Amino acid sequence: MVTKPLTKNIDMSRPPLDIAAYEANEGYQSLHAIAKGLSPEDVLQLVKDSGLKGRGGAGFPTGLKWSFVPSGDNSPKQKYLVVNADEMEPGTFKDRLLMEGDPHLLLEGMLIAAYTIQASKAYIFLRGEYTVSEQALRKAIKEAYEKGYLGKNILGTGFDLDIIMHTSAGRYICGEETALLNALEGKRANPRAKPPFPQVSGLWGKPTIVNNVETICNLPGILTYGVDWYHGLTKGNDHGTKLFGVSGKVKTPGCWELPLGLPIRELIENYAGGMQDGLELRGFLPGGGSTDFMLPEHLDITLDYDEIAKVGSRLATGTMIILDDKTCPVGMVGNLMKFFAHESCGFCTPCRDGLPWVDQIFRDFENGLGSEKDLQILHDHVTYLGPGRTFCALAPGATAPLGSGLKHFKEDFEKHITEKRCSYKH
Amino acid sequence: MSQRVIASTAKKARKLSAEEIAEIEHEMTLYPDKKAVGLEALKIVQKSQGWVSDESLLGIAKYLDIPVADLEGVATFFNLVYREPVGKNVILFCDSVSCWIMGCESVKGHIKQQLDIDYGQTTEDGDFTLIPVPCLGDCDRAPVMMVGPDLHRNLTPEKIDSIISDYKNKQG
Repeated sequence: MVTKPLTKNIDMSRPPLDIAAYEANEGYQSLHAIAKGLSPEDVLQLVKDSGLKGRGGAGFPTGLKWSFVPSGDNSPKQKYLVVNADEMEPGTFKDRLLMEGDPHLLLEGMLIAAYTIQASKAYIFLRGEYTVSEQALRKAIKEAYEKGYLGKNILGTGFDLDIIMHTSAGRYICGEETALLNALEGKRANPRAKPPFPQVSGLWGKPTIVNNVETICNLPGILTYGVDWYHGLTKGNDHGTKLFGVSGKVKTPGCWELPLGLPIRELIENYAGGMQDGLELRGFLPGGGSTDFMLPEHLDITLDYDEIAKVGSRLATGTMIILDDKTCPVGMVGNLMKFFAHESCGFCTPCRDGLPWVDQIFRDFENGLGSEKDLQILHDHVTYLGPGRTFCALAPGATAPLGSGLKHFKEDFEKHITEKRCSYKH
Repeated sequence: MSQRVIASTAKKARKLSAEEIAEIEHEMTLYPDKKAVGLEALKIVQKSQGWVSDESLLGIAKYLDIPVADLEGVATFFNLVYREPVGKNVILFCDSVSCWIMGCESVKGHIKQQLDIDYGQTTEDGDFTLIPVPCLGDCDRAPVMMVGPDLHRNLTPEKIDSIISDYKNKQG
């Protein structure tokens, strides 16, 4: 029984499997099932039943998202699938593994998704810096065309699909799906107003689904091995496996495919080997740079979307960043604020002006110039940059580590003010 | 990073080369609207010229029939479009959170010392330009940086010395 559907073909000590080796290990079976008569409605039902939630960060149910795409004879003829492969969330290194390690899995998943929504064109929006991923994907796409798995009338189904690589040029905001669509259209990547949602009016005004790489990579397993098998993978409430990563000062940082629902402790202590010698765990961001800090007291909480939400954070990308007791929490939050300030698209005022202000205050703290008034200004920004106050989710994302950092590491902020220096520096 | 305002002031467009035009034309077949290939065209020109000059930008804008201001808006939006000349090798240095925790500051200090450049600057011999880059997505092997298209992992000051000399030797 397959227990690691996302990484079963991945061995980074060799090049990724070519199309023949990929097929020999049960690859592209979903495509043959489609050719034998599985309808788009059948696939949509399977994906809904699987309970798959988006792995890009927001955790929205994938089948539900797809179901908003208009279908039938009166719907627009051209529809688009876009894969969000613009991995840039600080501390997140999971999609790179999938694309460098098993590019055909992504293509097979894209075929499934495009067939379900009846999109004849699909774009991979790839981060420009991911040069190895680009090469692996281009080679796989070429193989798939040669085999007749891409192009016109695939396996006699009457279904056409072209997959097009778009390499971006580095902006975090492109991870926001409407900003990504603007970038693909050749515009500045400012987010769009919603509604209309991309499912109805997306790329060039046509119905468009944007899914994350890891989300798409879940699809071949669901079709090949079935929904019951998929439900059997988990140890918790949410279904399937997930890539989990740990970075920071642990003994063996890395990225592993694990069932959802394992205790956080198991990930940090067993897989990541626990803290490096002489260091204590102080806290951690559970799913990238825009999640709330969690504390050692949360180690027995399970790696589930809902369980982590209960303590006020988010599973998000599932890649954890560890804060140890010899690293300054104020410096860590400050580093994140510098990132968010730099990556603001500049469209709406609270984000464009608020984040650099926050960033400057952290620089002042670093240099021993922080004051009680500054601290109040930081607290104010948690409110004024929070959900509902800005045009998109970038600034609210920044307030997650900011607000939780101010709360959990209050004494460190105070100490920077009273001692007029960062005491972690020697 | 330098904060100077950059805007195209070119009076005369550079004539795009046949190779550049062929690549741009190929990209145009992949999108329903030719305006969509603005960024691709900027990257194609950058690949052949090393950077995007005002004259090149004007050349692309004319070729794609995009207002210069719109294309400039795209060019200045993206981190990896260089509107100033860069060195033969661009170092994209990750200073995001995981690399910071793992000590990228001291590695950066070492680069700064060895090459005598800071962010946004190019060495006198034109070999290296140093630019910060957001998280490179290789956090379990932090600190990391790219030199040109190559990723370098688990950086230490000692490793920096050998990477720099490797690139210098490669050029001969």
